[in-house]
Amino acid sequence: MKQEAPQGVADYAPIVFPGLMLLVFFVLPFGTMIAVSFFRRDQGGFYTPDFVFSNYERFLSPFFGNVLGFSILLAVAVAIACVALALPFTFTLSRMPRRPQVLWLVALLSVLSLSEVIIGFAWSTLLSRTAGITNILVSMGLMDAPRALVPSLGAVLTAMIYQAFPYTVLVMYPALVRLDPTLLEAAKTLGASPLQAFFNVVVPALRNTLVATVIMVFVFALGSYLLPQILGRPSHWTLSVLITDQAVYQSNMPFASAMAVLLVLLSLALVGLTSMIGRKENAA
Amino acid sequence: MSGLLLDQVSKRFGSFTAVDQVQLSVPKGSFVCLLGPSGCGKTTLLRMIAGLEEPSAGRISLEGDDLTMVPTHRRNIGMVFQSLALFAHLSVGQNIAYALRIRGTDQAQQDRRVNELLEMVHLDGYAHRPVAKLSGGQRQRVAIARALAHSPRLFLLDEPLSALDAKLREAMQVELRQLQQALGITTIVVTHDQREAMTMADLVVVMGEGRIRQAAAPIDVYRNPVDAFVADFIGTTNLLPVTRSLQGGALLWGHALEGVAMPAGRSNAVLSIRPENVLLGVPGSGTLDATVTFVRDLGATVEIFLSANGTTFVSVANPRERAEVLVGNTIGVSLSAPNCLVFAP
Amino acid sequence: MIARVLNRIYLGVLAIFLAAPLIIVAGVSVNEKQSLEFPPHGFSLSWYLEIFTNAEWRNALWASLGLATFSAALAVAVAFPLAWFGWRRFAPWTRIFQLLGVAPFVLPPVITALGLLTFWATTGFYGQAWTAIISHAIFFVTLPLVTLTLGFSSIDRSVVEAASTMGAKDGTVLRTVVMPLIVPYLISGYAFTFVLSLNEYIIAYMTVGFTVETLPIKIFNALRYGYTPTMASATVLFIALAALVFGLIARFGDLPRLLGASAAEEG
Repeated sequence: MKQEAPQGVADYAPIVFPGLMLLVFFVLPFGTMIAVSFFRRDQGGFYTPDFVFSNYERFLSPFFGNVLGFSILLAVAVAIACVALALPFTFTLSRMPRRPQVLWLVALLSVLSLSEVIIGFAWSTLLSRTAGITNILVSMGLMDAPRALVPSLGAVLTAMIYQAFPYTVLVMYPALVRLDPTLLEAAKTLGASPLQAFFNVVVPALRNTLVATVIMVFVFALGSYLLPQILGRPSHWTLSVLITDQAVYQSNMPFASAMAVLLVLLSLALVGLTSMIGRKENAA
Repeated sequence: MSGLLLDQVSKRFGSFTAVDQVQLSVPKGSFVCLLGPSGCGKTTLLRMIAGLEEPSAGRISLEGDDLTMVPTHRRNIGMVFQSLALFAHLSVGQNIAYALRIRGTDQAQQDRRVNELLEMVHLDGYAHRPVAKLSGGQRQRVAIARALAHSPRLFLLDEPLSALDAKLREAMQVELRQLQQALGITTIVVTHDQREAMTMADLVVVMGEGRIRQAAAPIDVYRNPVDAFVADFIGTTNLLPVTRSLQGGALLWGHALEGVAMPAGRSNAVLSIRPENVLLGVPGSGTLDATVTFVRDLGATVEIFLSANGTTFVSVANPRERAEVLVGNTIGVSLSAPNCLVFAP
Repeated sequence: MIARVLNRIYLGVLAIFLAAPLIIVAGVSVNEKQSLEFPPHGFSLSWYLEIFTNAEWRNALWASLGLATFSAALAVAVAFPLAWFGWRRFAPWTRIFQLLGVAPFVLPPVITALGLLTFWATTGFYGQAWTAIISHAIFFVTLPLVTLTLGFSSIDRSVVEAASTMGAKDGTVLRTVVMPLIVPYLISGYAFTFVLSLNEYIIAYMTVGFTVETLPIKIFNALRYGYTPTMASATVLFIALAALVFGLIARFGDLPRLLGASAAEEG
């Protein structure tokens, strides 16, 4: 059947249920969140409906500015590191014969399904003094005594890269697997070594994909709400950590909501940018 | 010896043998077509010559140099892929100059060579065009120019014209041949289109199931095919079953074929006779009689489908040469001995 | 030659990087005593049994399984008509709904969690178990939506047109021609959502965290309030489950295709 425009009211039937669900349980919650961001916080943990800007005014503090700046920098670092690491890997993956490729995909999907809690737990164990990697190094004679590698910025970065890596690979995968293999071969026949061919033929051909992937991983990394908290010091807390902290432990819903609104705007702007790039690529 | 030498080259993928002990000597400067149905191994063979696949056995040498273990980018070849594989992020000129850029040639020389090649492929002034804006035929020419920019010793093409429409393809076949002759470069083209091979090649290499069935000049392959496979693949032919008569001659459904011998030691064989050699006449006048089942009038020629003994075969004639033939007519069929080729089944 | 060796090394290092935390967790899960030690002292599988014998852990497991089962089903139920409509009908404004369908997953989860929290609090249903099912379903609707859209787009419309010329009405075509073709994508969409819901923490926590404990919530609480190797054994269990589910999909389906590759090639 061709794609036809809906004829009668009945033709709209399929979209009623999903539309309603999304409207009521996604759009409305957003509405309530925005509303709450303007409410006034009561001592004792609740809030009263009101319309104040005090929650947003808290943004104008150097403390908050630092948190925002740090969150963005951290997310950028994670995004660039992940894309750089994932590109050669995903390229190799897409050229693998079927069985090893599927095995790797299953492994990546399994790691992707891990929640941030589990990743945080696993890495905090891996980097701890009693049960971590330093124990192995000691038993191999490379270190004198085991040491805790947490809390530290390095630990946060490493764990966030670990979390975002499978996501990065899967975002890049469709473009890389559809890449024309003869492009690389043609470059080789023209005299380019495999490395030269990769950098001046394959990478430029993937330019738009790479930019879009960096942006998507950036948004993904912005959402880490636990890793900076478990594996870092308070100075390493990001915006998402702060939101979680305010909402759950400080019971300050209005402030948390205001920060969340800011985060949404930032994320939407970037996702919009990604789809614009995507449309440009399809037009080319 | 000068030219390309393939010495017992084989390629196996697990238990599947794609190329089976190919032995071929290609004289320098000649135009060779690797011809065969899909799956016959011709593309695999070409890719081994290019270094994109490693042979499981055998040696490949070019003008005396053993290339077998040499990686692709050091073989000094030029290759045109079926997908053309043009670099979309570079302009026409930059594509063509790519090989020179890799080799560190200075800009002035690059520009000169690019213009030279653009002239050669009749795309003067296209140097700054983006690749995406070109037509199929133009992209084809850019791919050719790019492959030849660094003056390679070997020019390889993998089904280069398959994406073009019929008219353009025929024009390109002639152009490609003329280009090759002007440059004198050893050229190997993979194709499944036997008309293409007949048009362009000095040497036609017919492949089937990984092996070379026959390697000869086009007209030799047409007139003197070495077996039924080649006879059937080149041009069109009728393949009919023949048996040995008591006197040792050939019988087609019991009818004697004058002057046609059977292969030694065989009581069954396959007879190949091309439609233009199946002559028609009055019933009873020829080797046997047959019924006309279908007539296809193509204007310049007429194809007449005949049936005898439950088998259909075809005769082709010039419309002026014989009288009107109608479906259902019984007609006399003559097969002249010199045009009958008999092969082991 | 060198390239191949370097490649092998690179893949090996990556494999170790991806597996290392999981190996540690597995090692910690078999420690005899209730302490965080690696390499483990003694060997005991008791912490695996604990998941089933200890009432708290068992309830958390059931809660997680139940939540995953129902929210995945609901997510697919929401995504399917949306994907079907987008494929069947030409209506430019469906783009909006498709964007809405993708948004929950693309935005940071803490935002969706907070939004849902304020919503349930405002409507007064905050803390009731079923709110978690709806919350997860909406958050994860992107997964089956993307999978099903991909699946629909791979259906050759001429197959459907052939059925129409043979006299089949819309509904019949859907049932007899489209459904069999879309089933693999339905199953994989459900399975992906199921596995991710099992592991999801923040949304479950913010919506029903103080009334219901799912396994990830329990693990997190154990992290803060008292270590037990059962955390590790539960983690290993979930990873094994995820690997099993994805492995089954790979075994019976075309995993590369489901993830965006074009039609599978031989070999």
